[in-house]
Amino acid sequence: MAYPEFDVTKEHTWKPSELPIGFVIPDGGNSVKYLTGGWRSQRPIWDKDACKNCMLCWVYCPDASIIAVDKEMTGIDYDHCKGCGVCVNECKFGALKMITESEAKEVYGE
Amino acid sequence: MSKEAFSATGNQMVANAMRQVDPDVMAAYPITPQTTIVETYAKFVADGKVNTEFVTVESEHSAMSACIGAAAAGARVATATSSQGLAYMWEELPIAAGMRLPIVMANANRTISAPINIHCDHSDIMGVRDAGWIMFFAETAQEAYDNTVISFKVAEDPNVLLPVITALDGFTTTHAMERCVLEEDQTVKDFVGEYTPLYPLLDTDNPVSHGNFANIGNMYMRTKMAHRRAIEGAAEIIEKYGKEWAAIVGREFDLVDTWGTEDADYIIVTVGSCAGNARYAARLLREQGVKCGVVRPRVFRPFPGKQIAEACKNAKAIAILDRSDSMGACEGPVAMETKSALMDGGVTAPVTSYIVGLGGADITLDQMKQVYAELEQRAEAGKNSELIYLGIEE
Repeated sequence: MAYPEFDVTKEHTWKPSELPIGFVIPDGGNSVKYLTGGWRSQRPIWDKDACKNCMLCWVYCPDASIIAVDKEMTGIDYDHCKGCGVCVNECKFGALKMITESEAKEVYGE
Repeated sequence: MSKEAFSATGNQMVANAMRQVDPDVMAAYPITPQTTIVETYAKFVADGKVNTEFVTVESEHSAMSACIGAAAAGARVATATSSQGLAYMWEELPIAAGMRLPIVMANANRTISAPINIHCDHSDIMGVRDAGWIMFFAETAQEAYDNTVISFKVAEDPNVLLPVITALDGFTTTHAMERCVLEEDQTVKDFVGEYTPLYPLLDTDNPVSHGNFANIGNMYMRTKMAHRRAIEGAAEIIEKYGKEWAAIVGREFDLVDTWGTEDADYIIVTVGSCAGNARYAARLLREQGVKCGVVRPRVFRPFPGKQIAEACKNAKAIAILDRSDSMGACEGPVAMETKSALMDGGVTAPVTSYIVGLGGADITLDQMKQVYAELEQRAEAGKNSELIYLGIEE
């Protein structure tokens, strides 16, 4: 049975009678739509020049927030990175460092 | 098996109801006095009488976890427990209810330690009354059977989708032999029908996620409101299926069983097996001209408050018999809810709360007569009385 179209980003607008019974999400692969970057108080900053593409950060990231294309790191998914700092801890080449979100705002204006 | 009456225990009747329904999965752990339900059922599995996957688990916590997993996968699921086992399951019970999984569980009502005691009272079951499950209380082995059959139908109704506890009193109902009727297997199968799960995890073409996060804003509270509406609405659905089953088998079904309440001056309100004694005492006293009645909710969740108040509206005094205490509260759980319902229903007759039969203490005919006699005095005094531990001297 196919379920009615489901948009997880709209859940906050649903009335109790409109919620899927049991708070089931009748859809798959939608966690990418659910933005969790706002949980962060610090963020990793990536230094492309220092990076050797060893991919340790990609392996250790408990989310899936290290973006890699063709075995090369291309950036960090700040929509989902929760700022745990594991990647910075694992980096052997000083290519990742943590800064606070307020510093990020000052430096990068976001 | 034929429809002729035969002798059976409540546990045999519950096991047979489950055999006739033939759920996909049963995960259970044995505990007195529930043991013979799962033991009998395990034999049905071993003998090939059912197609159920029987999961032998190492504890009740695991039993309910396995039931939840199986139900989320899309299976029709049943289990049974009692006392400490139900207590050990507690963590899982609101999860089953919150995930709206229609699991059916028999509970052999037994007290809770300490001191250790394996006999009947409602301390176990009343400890889970806020877990979000529908709760049936049987008076007899026959009713335990009927309630179990009806439970599947109610639990799986698309407008309900809630787990159901179908409770029967430990030993008094689980182990005592009674004259019972077992309906034809096909009658039960036709009544409960095929189960079509709403969001089965095993339907991999239509992926779903169960047990989600509702941590932000008032999302959690909204799911609880939906749950409350579902269990409130279940009252009508229980009555509907109960009456349908009653029409098939010729045994009455009401959310609240009443005896003599049309003109009764003195009414006992109680749940479970001790209503039989109350009714017998009421019948004897009526022969002497004392108008006595008995009100027995057959369903505790959703609580049939309106029906109870309606049945009590002409009483001059009311006694509520609780087979468990809520330590430190004004009274036991049945009394708390009944008083609240009486107040909402505008019933102002004096009410007395009794705690009876804890840990299998006998509830005797003399005690029931004593309660009715005390009600006559209270009707004259015109006020509520302090809580009484029936049959215990201070």
